[in-house]
Amino acid sequence: MDRLSAQESKSIYIIREAYARFPKLAILWSIGKDSTTMLWMCRKAFYGEIPFPVIHIDTGYKFPEMYEFRDRYAKEWGLNLIIGRNEEAIAGGMGPTVGTKLTCCTELKTNALKQLLAGMDLQAIILGIRRDEHGIRAKERYFSPRDEQFQWDYKNQPPELWDQYKSTSEDGTHLRIHPLLHMTELEIWEYVQRERIPISPLYFARNGKRFRSLGCVPCCAPVDSTAATVDDIVTELRTTKVAERSGRAQDKEDAYTMQKLRALGYM
Amino acid sequence: MNRESLRIVIVGHVDHGKSTLIGRLFYDTGSLPPEKMREIERISEDLGHDTELAFLMDHLQEERDQGITIDTAQTFFKTATRDYVIIDAPGHRQFLKNMITGASQAEAALLVVDAEEGVREQTRRHAYLLSLLGLRQLVVAVNKMDTVEFSESRFREVTEELAAFLSGIASASTYMVPISARRGDNVARRSQDLPWYEGPTILEALDRFQPVEPQLRPFRFPVQGIYPRDGTEIVAGRVESGMVRSGDELLVLPSGVRTTVTGVHEFLATPTVLEPGQSGGITVSIAKPARGDMLVALENPPTARTSIPATVFWMSRQPLSLTEPLTFRCTTQEVPCRVARIRRRLDSSTLTVIDEDADTLADTEVAELELETGRPVVVEEHAFLPELGRFVLERGYDVVAGGIVTSLPA
Ligand SMILES: Nc1nc2c(ncn2[C@@H]2O[C@H](COP(=O)(O)OP(=O)(O)O)[C@@H](O)[C@H]2O)c(=O)[nH]1
Repeated sequence: MDRLSAQESKSIYIIREAYARFPKLAILWSIGKDSTTMLWMCRKAFYGEIPFPVIHIDTGYKFPEMYEFRDRYAKEWGLNLIIGRNEEAIAGGMGPTVGTKLTCCTELKTNALKQLLAGMDLQAIILGIRRDEHGIRAKERYFSPRDEQFQWDYKNQPPELWDQYKSTSEDGTHLRIHPLLHMTELEIWEYVQRERIPISPLYFARNGKRFRSLGCVPCCAPVDSTAATVDDIVTELRTTKVAERSGRAQDKEDAYTMQKLRALGYM
Repeated sequence: MNRESLRIVIVGHVDHGKSTLIGRLFYDTGSLPPEKMREIERISEDLGHDTELAFLMDHLQEERDQGITIDTAQTFFKTATRDYVIIDAPGHRQFLKNMITGASQAEAALLVVDAEEGVREQTRRHAYLLSLLGLRQLVVAVNKMDTVEFSESRFREVTEELAAFLSGIASASTYMVPISARRGDNVARRSQDLPWYEGPTILEALDRFQPVEPQLRPFRFPVQGIYPRDGTEIVAGRVESGMVRSGDELLVLPSGVRTTVTGVHEFLATPTVLEPGQSGGITVSIAKPARGDMLVALENPPTARTSIPATVFWMSRQPLSLTEPLTFRCTTQEVPCRVARIRRRLDSSTLTVIDEDADTLADTEVAELELETGRPVVVEEHAFLPELGRFVLERGYDVVAGGIVTSLPA
């Protein structure tokens, strides 16, 4: 089996394990390339009928293209789409310039999800994170417990051997399930290319810029690129050394280099 | 396109040079973003050091812990042959379950030993557990050769001491390489100071390894679920070995019912065969399999059994007490079980026998024992088919042990 098929097979295995273990399961769809790819894999895993709800956490600040894309494919793929919004915070005017970016993300994303999880009484949610995307994620497990406060105790994680994933969660906790953990950004695009998966047009270059990672309009900047098709993006990624999330504002907190340098006696 | 990749786990006693070696591998293969490299060189120079690669890795580590961006390239490095995924496994005893988690995902391992300090507790334990877990491709990096004057006799002493703990790994796929991670000797380039060594460098050794491929043994298909679609019931699962086609006759275990494959199914495609390793679906006549059943080829079918000889490593602070209720999980099979007998209880870092006919097993210990399952299960000897020869034991919500199936009575 070739590499992409092997990666796909592993992801589908995990998605099916999640479904077998957790009757109260849902998948998070951010409308980005990763979670759209994951939805595609779910369609393949379950022969076209995704047997659990698909959640979109809507901050109200997403690109119009994203809403269009969401509504089109929710219909075409027959998704049981559930939209989660922290209406109270949105009505209260929460935004990235109101408090810090961190409070905005917490209110409009984390808390919106918390409210929805509590309301739906979910045991597990499937997320499209990848190990190569962000440093801390290198430590993630495929099945990862979160406590009531959504805290991740990453220093004391359960062992995860071979393909045996954590099966049950204690009361009040839920599991995050990460079927794409082993895939790289390049592999996602190679897979999109092979499978001809529809992807939001925001990823393709217009006027020398494209988005490599999608978030909310105020906190998400395009990168310089002329890659206007999936083929172009695959070619671009085979040579680039720029980090994927370099356009994402909430990651720009680069204070640690200096701290470490000072500790080592640097001026 | 579709370059090959290999997952390697890096293990070893703390301070023997894992981080430095990882830094060196990234650095010498040009896998670091140029800004980061310049920064490290500049800082090292300002501090009056040679380029300090352990600092680089510590810095990345700190970034990770703090949740700050590190760049894509940094958990992956490339050679001309293929891409490598590095699984960094902690060296402390209390993180053993993390080391085992890492090692269970890897296709090859890199074990780092300090030439001066020599083989230590975690070196031995890691070496033994790697072979127990079934890793068959290993590079032992005898590091810091610069601190022992590049001595060949010291290198021999260290590698001979390790040999006993690597008995499970064929020597044909084990490379022992004298290196200095700090200076880069024998990592990516051959060292002038180690003229007596004629074997491969670390990168050459890694490039000789092969990705672990799914097996071409008789057909084995653990059932993950049954999905009713368009009036039929698709039996979904992953082929753990062998292949299947429409018309094949199979046995459903543990019931022993015979059935015929009526179709091979994929969404938006019409395949004729399922390959080893593939997640797919089939439809069958007569039998109604359920999750946890195993569909197997008719020739030499495995026996469903309730008594399983195994080697188990314990990973919980709370010791095992003989006959306490546990859950046995292997592929999609999940049944109640208990440990019926502990033949021998071993210290995983010395391999000395602590006890024969023991009634308990403590954290980090290994045992040769007999499991008794509450319902028949289908397993194979680990040496024959790893996918069906490895399992975990759960107590309540937690995985407390991992194990492999040893020789099965006929
Ligand atoms: N002399 C010498 N020191 C080394 C070498 N490799 C690593 N070290 C030093 O050994 C110490 C521990 O290394 P580190 O990579 O942090 O070990 P880890 O705990 O296994 O990750 C650091 O001070 C390194 O600079 C080497 O090849 N030669």
